[in-house]
Amino acid sequence: MFENFGWLSTRDNSVARPARADPPVVQFALTATALGFLGLFLFLPVVAVFAKALEKGLGPYLAAISSEEALAAVRLTLLTAAIAVPLNVAFGVAAAWAIARFDFRGKQALITLIDLPFSVSPVISGLLFVLLLGVHTPIGGALAAHGIRIIFAEPAIVLATIFVTFPIAARELIPVMQASGRDEEEAAVVLGARGWQTFFRVTLPNVKWGILYGTVLTSARAMGEFGAVSVVSGHIRGLTNTMPLYVEILYDDYQFAPAFAVASLLTLLSLATLLLKHALAARIESATPRQRPESDARMAA
Amino acid sequence: MSIELTAVRKTFGNFVALERVDLEIATGELVALLGLSGSGKTTLLRIIAGLETADSGSVRFHGEDAAAMSVRDRGVGFVFQHYALFRHMTVFQNVAFGLKVRPRRERLPERKIAARVHELLALVQLDFLADRYPSQLSGGQRQRVALARTLAVEPSVLLLDEPFGSLDAKVRQELRQWLKRLHQQLHVTSVFVTHDQDEALELADRVVILNAGRIEQIGTPEEVYHNPANAFVYNFLGNVNLFHGRIENGRVYLGDTALEVDVTHQHVQASNGRAVLYVRPHLLEIDHTPVGEKSFRATVKNVNPAGPQVKVELVAQWGDPVQVEINHERYRALRIEPGSEVFVGPKESSAFTYQI
Repeated sequence: MFENFGWLSTRDNSVARPARADPPVVQFALTATALGFLGLFLFLPVVAVFAKALEKGLGPYLAAISSEEALAAVRLTLLTAAIAVPLNVAFGVAAAWAIARFDFRGKQALITLIDLPFSVSPVISGLLFVLLLGVHTPIGGALAAHGIRIIFAEPAIVLATIFVTFPIAARELIPVMQASGRDEEEAAVVLGARGWQTFFRVTLPNVKWGILYGTVLTSARAMGEFGAVSVVSGHIRGLTNTMPLYVEILYDDYQFAPAFAVASLLTLLSLATLLLKHALAARIESATPRQRPESDARMAA
Repeated sequence: MSIELTAVRKTFGNFVALERVDLEIATGELVALLGLSGSGKTTLLRIIAGLETADSGSVRFHGEDAAAMSVRDRGVGFVFQHYALFRHMTVFQNVAFGLKVRPRRERLPERKIAARVHELLALVQLDFLADRYPSQLSGGQRQRVALARTLAVEPSVLLLDEPFGSLDAKVRQELRQWLKRLHQQLHVTSVFVTHDQDEALELADRVVILNAGRIEQIGTPEEVYHNPANAFVYNFLGNVNLFHGRIENGRVYLGDTALEVDVTHQHVQASNGRAVLYVRPHLLEIDHTPVGEKSFRATVKNVNPAGPQVKVELVAQWGDPVQVEINHERYRALRIEPGSEVFVGPKESSAFTYQI
C-alpha cells in the first residue's frame, strides 16, 4: 500500500558557505579590541580582588572568611538568594506565560509594572519598604505589636531582594515564550493532554533556556544587591549583614584585606553560578541537537 | 463521525472572519475548504477542532452539541500548517505523546505504546528516523510525523490545515496521493484547508469554496468546476477569460461583435445592460476563418508551446486580452505566430457563462 517512497531518503543539504573574507588586519584588530576591553574591565578587576585579598597571605585570608560574622553574612546571602530566586523565576514563568499566550485587560499595565523595579533606584526601593513596614507605620506597628519585626531584620532583606530582582526572569522569559508560539501547546491539547501536562511537557521544555538564563541572572543580582538591602538591613553585624554589606563595613573600617577576602568569596560565588549554568547548558545541549536552519530553508523552497 | 455547522459566525475585533456558515459533513467524507488567505477557512477548521469558539451558531458532532465538549473530548486530530512537532522530543516521543498523556486507567502499557508507535511510523515509512529530532527532518518527513502523531490517538475526525502548503511541488504531489490512499484505507471523516484549487479538486469528495467569510459554493469537484455558482468561483477555479459586454435585445455584444449566444438566463432577460462573460481558455478555438457567427477577430500576441497544451495569448478586436489553450496538433496545423490575424470562437454553445 505505501510503497514508492524512494524520495524519503535523508539527504544532507548542508550548503558550503563562502570562507570569511575579512583581511587579517581587520580580524586581528577586532579580536584585540574585544579581548583588550574584556581584560581591562573584567579580568583585571577580578585579579585585583584576589591579589588584594591574599596580600597578607593565606592565613589571614582564611581567618577573614571564616570569622563568625563573615559566615553569618554568607549564610544570609545564600538564604536570601534561595528564597528570592525560586519565587521570582516562578513568577517570571507565570507572568511570561500569561503575557505571551493571552489577551486580557491591563496586559500593557502589567508589562510596565514588571519593569518598575528596574526603573526605580534600588535605594528608593529599599526606602519604600521602610516607609511601608517600618515600626512607626501602621502595618509595621501592627506587626511589631505581635512581635514580628520586618525592617532591620532578615524578612526585609528578602523582600527588598525579591523586589529588586523581580523583573529579571520575567523579562528574560517573555520574548522566549512569545517566540516559541502557541502551536505546540495547541497540538498537545488536541492530542488529549490536560493543562498541566501541556505546561510541564511542552511549554516548560521549550523555554528551558530562558529559565536557565533568568535563574542565573536573578541569582547573581540577588547575591550582589547592595542599595535596597543596605537601606532596610540596619547593618547589624552577624545578624542582618549580607556579603556586599559586610564588605562595605569592613572597607569603611579600613580592614582592606578582610574586605577583599569577602569580596573574593562573592566573586567566587558568581563564578560558581556561571559554571553551573555552563554545565547545565552542556547537559541540555547534549540531550537535544541544535536546530539545523538549512532544513527550514529547504521547507520554504 | 458527522459534523454539522449551523449559522456559524466568528469575529476578531472588527474583522468578520466567518459570516453565517452552514455546512454538513457526512461520516467518512473527505472535504476540502478552499479559499484565498483571509477567507476564513483556517478559522472554520479551528472552530470544528474547538481551538476557537464561534461567536454564534452551533457545531454538532453526530448530532450532539460540541460547545459543551472540550478540545480533548472531541476526538479530533489536527495537523497544523507548520506541523507543530514538539521540538524537544524525538520522532518516537512525538508520536507517542497522545498515548502517554492519557489518564492512567486508559493508558496502554509502555510496551504496547512502543509497538503502536512503530506501527504508525512504519505506516508513514519513517521507522528508521524514530530517534531523530524534528529539526533534523525534511519538510515532507515532518509532515508525515505530524500525521502519524495525529493518527496515534485514533481520531474520529481528521482536520488538516494546509497540509502540503510549505512543501515543494514534487513532494506535495506524492503526499497528496498518499493522503488519498490513507483516507480510503482508514475512512475517517477528514477536512482539509487549502488555497490550492488543484489540490482541492484532486483530493476531495466535496469542495467548499470560501470567500471573505462566506461559503460561495459547496459541491463535488466536478460540480464546482463545471457549474460554478458565481463569478468568484468561476474566477477562482482554473484560468478563465473575462469579457465585459453589453446585452441588447437578447444578444450579447463584445465590442462591435454580436455573439449569438443562448441568452435565456433569467437575469439576462430582465436586464438591458452590462454583462460579464467568462470562458475557460480550453473551451475557445482558433481558426483562420470565422468559426460560425459566434467568433471574433483577434491578433496573436504570444505563443507558449511548453507544456501539455499550447497557450496562446491574443488581443481581441476591442482590446481585451484573450487566453486560449489548444493542443499541439492543432497548433502545428494552424501555423500561427505572434502577429497572426485569426478568429476566436467558443467550441461549444455553453462555453460562455454570464454574470450580470
